[in-house]
Amino acid sequence: MTKIRMTLNGAPVVREVEDRTSLADFLREECGLTATHLGCEHGACGACSVDVDGLLTRACLKFAVQCDGRTVTTLEGLNQDRVTEALRDAFHRAHALQCGFCTPGMLVTARDLLLRNPQPSEAEIRDALAGNICRCTGYAGIVHAIALAADELIRHPRSL
Amino acid sequence: MKPSPFTYRRATSVADAIVLLAVAPDETAAIAGGQSLGPLLNLRMTTAGTLIDLAAISELRESRDLGDAVFIGAGVTHAEIEDGKVPDPSHGFMRRAAAKIAYRAIRCHGTIGGSVAMADPAADWPCILLALNATARIAGPQGERRLAMDDLLVAAYETNLAAGEIILGFEIPKLDDTARAASSKINRKTGAFADSLAVAVRQGARSRVTLGAASIRARILPQTSAALAQGESLEALRPLVASDVAALLAAPDPYLQNLHATNVMRTLAEVLGA
Repeated sequence: MTKIRMTLNGAPVVREVEDRTSLADFLREECGLTATHLGCEHGACGACSVDVDGLLTRACLKFAVQCDGRTVTTLEGLNQDRVTEALRDAFHRAHALQCGFCTPGMLVTARDLLLRNPQPSEAEIRDALAGNICRCTGYAGIVHAIALAADELIRHPRSL
Repeated sequence: MKPSPFTYRRATSVADAIVLLAVAPDETAAIAGGQSLGPLLNLRMTTAGTLIDLAAISELRESRDLGDAVFIGAGVTHAEIEDGKVPDPSHGFMRRAAAKIAYRAIRCHGTIGGSVAMADPAADWPCILLALNATARIAGPQGERRLAMDDLLVAAYETNLAAGEIILGFEIPKLDDTARAASSKINRKTGAFADSLAVAVRQGARSRVTLGAASIRARILPQTSAALAQGESLEALRPLVASDVAALLAAPDPYLQNLHATNVMRTLAEVLGA
């Protein structure tokens, strides 16, 4: 067991973890943050996407001990984030979720895309989503929603 | 889908990492971004008694312009290369190639040194750095040494790194002003590992064409490279590509032959402006 400290969704967290515990298991099992979903546990599905120090991260491919001293933000921590709010609203309007299992990873990944590229083309959106699998195959709605959110953020940069 | 138990140690410097790796070399693995090793550990395709984390070593994150070459630290991530945060010896080619590696979340953590040390036959950087004629700088218990990419790569998941050695970074010669470089990857979906990865660098006598995912390691295509260096046309290169590809395949296979030859021809068409 190793003692780790991190800033999690804005608050300091100190915990003892087993070295082999993934960041995803740490978030879900130790911290009760269940928006981070685990699909494949080997980096292929994107359901566990979170933000570590501003970097888009697969929580299944980081061990919690590797995040000692870092700042981790999960979907729960993006409640007041303006890009995430625009995306959430657009996902609702564009019917961009069916079962919802992939949705947290889609939102975190789409936010990362819009922060780097505020006006992505459809091809760029699809490229950015290549590592996020929706087993309901609802991609058309998801791609549409991200384009809607981008438009909304461009047209009303401060209203959200 | 959970790794077997291991002990985690975070190395604070290159010297510290070498000491930690030397304690029990057979049971110890170095981890940098962990984007390839992580899945292998999670799937229990590999195990480690101790993981030595190299990610906090600032020396491995340094890059600099050497005049006629660029040094890129082993701990530089694919995303940092994609975003142009390190010097570029290749007129933007490395940036474009980095953007085609896996997915952004992987690129944010996976490192150029880790990609080469892992030596997956389908990985991008071994094939690209081989085409760019890069030299690896390596540190270990016996001190530092330099090794050309062609001498570093051995086989699938096997390099000439000795026990306890780590890659410090790569010296990558700058491309000529008139050089052209291109890569082409064929994969089943965007971001998946390559079924075929071809890289062509055209710059006179220093021209080089490499192919990954076709055999146990990325290889230089000798006849194709020589003919490209001599300024041969795309059509003149076609039979040489076929011959080089055939020589790399473990057994004749019409599908793989066509797949790899077509992929190499795409890169040649691009660097020849055809």
